[in-house]
Amino acid sequence: MPKDGIGASTVRREDVRFLTGKGRYTADINLRHQTYAVFCRSDVAHGRINGIDTSAAMAMPGVLAVMTGVDFAAMGGNPAGWHIPSRDGSAMREPKRPVLAHGKVRHVGDAYAIVVAETLEQARDAAAAVDADITELDAIIDMAAAVANPDHRVHDEIDGNLAFDWGWIEDNRAAVDAAFAAAPHVTTLELVNNRLAPNAMETRASIADYDAGTGDYKLYTTSQNPHLSRLLISAFVMGIPENKLTVIAPDVGGGFGSKIYHYGEEAAVLAASKALERPVKWVADRSEAFLSDAHGRDHVTKIQLALDKQGNFLALRTETLANVGAYLSNFSTATPTFLHGTLMAGPYRTPLVYVNVKAVFTNTAPVDAYRGAGRPEATYSIERVVDKAAHELGIDPLEIRRKNFIQPDQYPYTTPVGLVYDTGNYNATLDKMIALGDIAGFEGRAAASKAKGKLRGIGYSTWIEACGIAPSNLVGVLGARVGLYDAATVRVNATGNISVMTGAHSHGQGHETVFPQIVADMLGIPASSVDIVHGDTSKIPFGMGSYGSRSLAVCGTAITKAVDKIIAKGKKIAAHMLEAAEGDIEFKDGKFSVAGTDKAKTFGEIAFSAYVPHNYPLETLEPGLEETAFYDPANFTYPAGAYACEVEVDPDTGKVEIASFTCADDFGNVINPLIVQGQVHGGVAQGIGQALLENVAYDMNGQLLSGSFMDYAMPRADDLPFYTVDHSCNTPCTHNPLGVKGCGEAGAIGSPPAVVNAVVNALQRAGHKNVTHIEMPVTPSRVWAAMNA
Amino acid sequence: MHNFEFVKPATVADAVKALSADGAQALSGGQTLLPTMKARLAQPAVIVSLTGIGEIKGVCAVDGGVSVGAATPHAVVAAEVGKYYPALAKLAGGIGDPAVRNRGTLGGSLANNDPAACYPSAVLASAAVVHTNKRKIAADDYFQGMFSTALEEGEIITSVTFAIPEKAAYVKFDQPASRFALTAVFVAKHAKGVRVAVTGANNNGVFRWTEAEAALSANFAASAVEGLKVSDKDMISDLHGTAAYRANLVKVLTKRAVAAAH
Repeated sequence: MPKDGIGASTVRREDVRFLTGKGRYTADINLRHQTYAVFCRSDVAHGRINGIDTSAAMAMPGVLAVMTGVDFAAMGGNPAGWHIPSRDGSAMREPKRPVLAHGKVRHVGDAYAIVVAETLEQARDAAAAVDADITELDAIIDMAAAVANPDHRVHDEIDGNLAFDWGWIEDNRAAVDAAFAAAPHVTTLELVNNRLAPNAMETRASIADYDAGTGDYKLYTTSQNPHLSRLLISAFVMGIPENKLTVIAPDVGGGFGSKIYHYGEEAAVLAASKALERPVKWVADRSEAFLSDAHGRDHVTKIQLALDKQGNFLALRTETLANVGAYLSNFSTATPTFLHGTLMAGPYRTPLVYVNVKAVFTNTAPVDAYRGAGRPEATYSIERVVDKAAHELGIDPLEIRRKNFIQPDQYPYTTPVGLVYDTGNYNATLDKMIALGDIAGFEGRAAASKAKGKLRGIGYSTWIEACGIAPSNLVGVLGARVGLYDAATVRVNATGNISVMTGAHSHGQGHETVFPQIVADMLGIPASSVDIVHGDTSKIPFGMGSYGSRSLAVCGTAITKAVDKIIAKGKKIAAHMLEAAEGDIEFKDGKFSVAGTDKAKTFGEIAFSAYVPHNYPLETLEPGLEETAFYDPANFTYPAGAYACEVEVDPDTGKVEIASFTCADDFGNVINPLIVQGQVHGGVAQGIGQALLENVAYDMNGQLLSGSFMDYAMPRADDLPFYTVDHSCNTPCTHNPLGVKGCGEAGAIGSPPAVVNAVVNALQRAGHKNVTHIEMPVTPSRVWAAMNA
Repeated sequence: MHNFEFVKPATVADAVKALSADGAQALSGGQTLLPTMKARLAQPAVIVSLTGIGEIKGVCAVDGGVSVGAATPHAVVAAEVGKYYPALAKLAGGIGDPAVRNRGTLGGSLANNDPAACYPSAVLASAAVVHTNKRKIAADDYFQGMFSTALEEGEIITSVTFAIPEKAAYVKFDQPASRFALTAVFVAKHAKGVRVAVTGANNNGVFRWTEAEAALSANFAASAVEGLKVSDKDMISDLHGTAAYRANLVKVLTKRAVAAAH
């Protein structure tokens, strides 16, 4: 067994190049005869385009092309990936999302023209000379107002600004309402899940390179899923045949969801490259990123929990307005529905659940999946209302959770919102959290805080998520327009080393380290002789990319299936070479041997024989050793965990400091504990960022108030504590061979309610009994206002 | 960024001459001007760099105080002023990050007079004197409101002379994104009385909290301001804090600065 196989805390091999400046990101790529693109973007949130005069810009030095929305009007729209029908059965209202705005601009930053020039500065100068005659219209920003004013429309053809009014599960609504009517106690909470800017360190960038000699297009772009981008560009937007379009996502500096989607800039540079027969390069600056990357979250929710007097959950219902911004981005319709409504049972046995989500168009940037995608919104709502209910009923917040947990002997557990949890043990992670976080010692720490003049509080979150996205047949029934399998090719070279082509794309997840550990473990060879190839549609078989904590559970499983095929073929070759029956060949520790004998061939000998088939069953077996597997999961995976956050609040300023953060997670089997730990750290940092600091804010005219790092507060090292992270309470996933569940989004899903619960607890303990909720981000100003209301 | 002419004079006289050109703009550390130019929000025709002028750089003791050259970076103030005026050195060491502190200058900060900048509060609380190529301007006359000063067109700050108080402290509450002052207070106890200067809080920029000055002049203790109330009139209200919140911070931070003063 190799020492760097499954379970080894191998240091990330890709970090060597990232940390030494050897990464190769899209912006690092420069092609011969390259030109530079700049986009003209709306400075009003809502306006009618009367005309765009490009003549002055075209006459500027170095300018090669100026194209506007009119030039792309005949192309297809960039579609939503899921069709979500409304409660009344009517179809989703899905306005065309054009490559460049025409007719109207619908948010500040909406691109209406592309300018291409010999240099970037020339393109910028010319962009300023593009003369757009735009009549400003009243902006539709507030969701409640958007729904209330049917004649005030983001899209002229959509009254009421609703994409859909979704009920889940509609047939359960009456029973849920009846349970509420009869309930001894109802806890109600209205809350906002604040809008976030993903802010990957690398901004979006694209280089299009059209080859007039062959008619082939090449697109280098910042994508989490190059095949999905190719599919969207080919099948929906531009009609370029897939075999004539290569999409390459080289090193990508973070995505967090924002680089799942196809954006209009990609189609615009492809079209410009074809028109000019030269490469066209565009790199977003940070201001453009704030304005035009898909944002995350932005829900306004009313949640109600019905309980008996002992704290047993009887029913739960929610009404949510989900902001989708000006256009439907690719996952924007799935995120507030099937990634959110289906999770509303949480880890609890709540027998009756009903979720209503209205997706609202506004004159703001599109909103889509962002680390956690719907599940943080669900978890925040549930874990806040559970805490409030415990407070109202005078029950300990840990006890009310424990009382309602799904029990270990209840799996598979079918929830009232359509999921089947395969396995879990929420008591185990809760107990682990209580031990690791020394919850028993809290009062002592609170006294020490008090002696310093600080108010200490503790908050919990017992979270679950559905990830490893997703079983295609199930999501197809639910409205998905794609399958969500993944693929891998394992190519054993003649000298025994291995290239693995994966559909999953690594942009911070550490695939280049983890995937070889799996292959090495299965084949009994060192991980260092296995390399991962990803991010290039011309090299990899296919793949739906990386998001939804799916890389390991879905693509990792595809890798194991391909390796299984390699081993099976190796046995045939070994049987021939060892003159034994195939059924007598065993493969273990890198050796094919005849059972019960010392006759054996090493993996390397078999690989060599496959490519130099002198002694080989050529009549019945092809030479070569390369196998591909597609894998479609049978179910989602259900990671879960228990988080405890302790805060200290400054009673004079309202400033919250995170004193400690304890995570006990169940990710199923763990391939690389070090990477899992890092993923949890990063996710919790993002969750703390949402809870305390981050906020995308528009004014009522639709101007972005948080358009730079001067006003958008990212969490920094000194905002964060040292975390205590554990993942020893694992219940392996029952439906993939690795028994893995996924960990990428967990921290961002589980942490925000723990932070807010802790702040509310600190204030209540200090005598502010009327404080039952503070909106995120829990800024010092908001905390102070709550204390002084 | 648009193209511009660049000149780097070695004397104040040459700088003044260069600034008389059409569209000329003085550049010190560039911590505000350069990002503005990169965003194409400013397009000066001529940039006159002041950082090559030896006579407006450095720190020296002067009668009753310390003089800091206008082109002295924050990092130098942080490193060299401590032996004369520890509270001022501490303030300089808390501006921005190391990159900002190694480029940004005292003169640049004062000429810009950002309502959330740190230095204006020190200048006002210290009753400092702003020296220019033309005259000396008392701190009380220098600050004229948000991004507005007594400087005339083409006038260059050459140095600032700080009177050294008996006790002083600067307490800053960070705006969480920019880490400028959401509100900050500089308290200085002089022989003639206490001065309390507040930055980050007011729509008119840095100001003196005169009620607190009177109370603290009578009794230099945090408890002396306990009974005072800060009006939220004219206080800044934005994403990061309401006017009422900033008014509260003025008092809280004043008390903390008094407690910290030494």
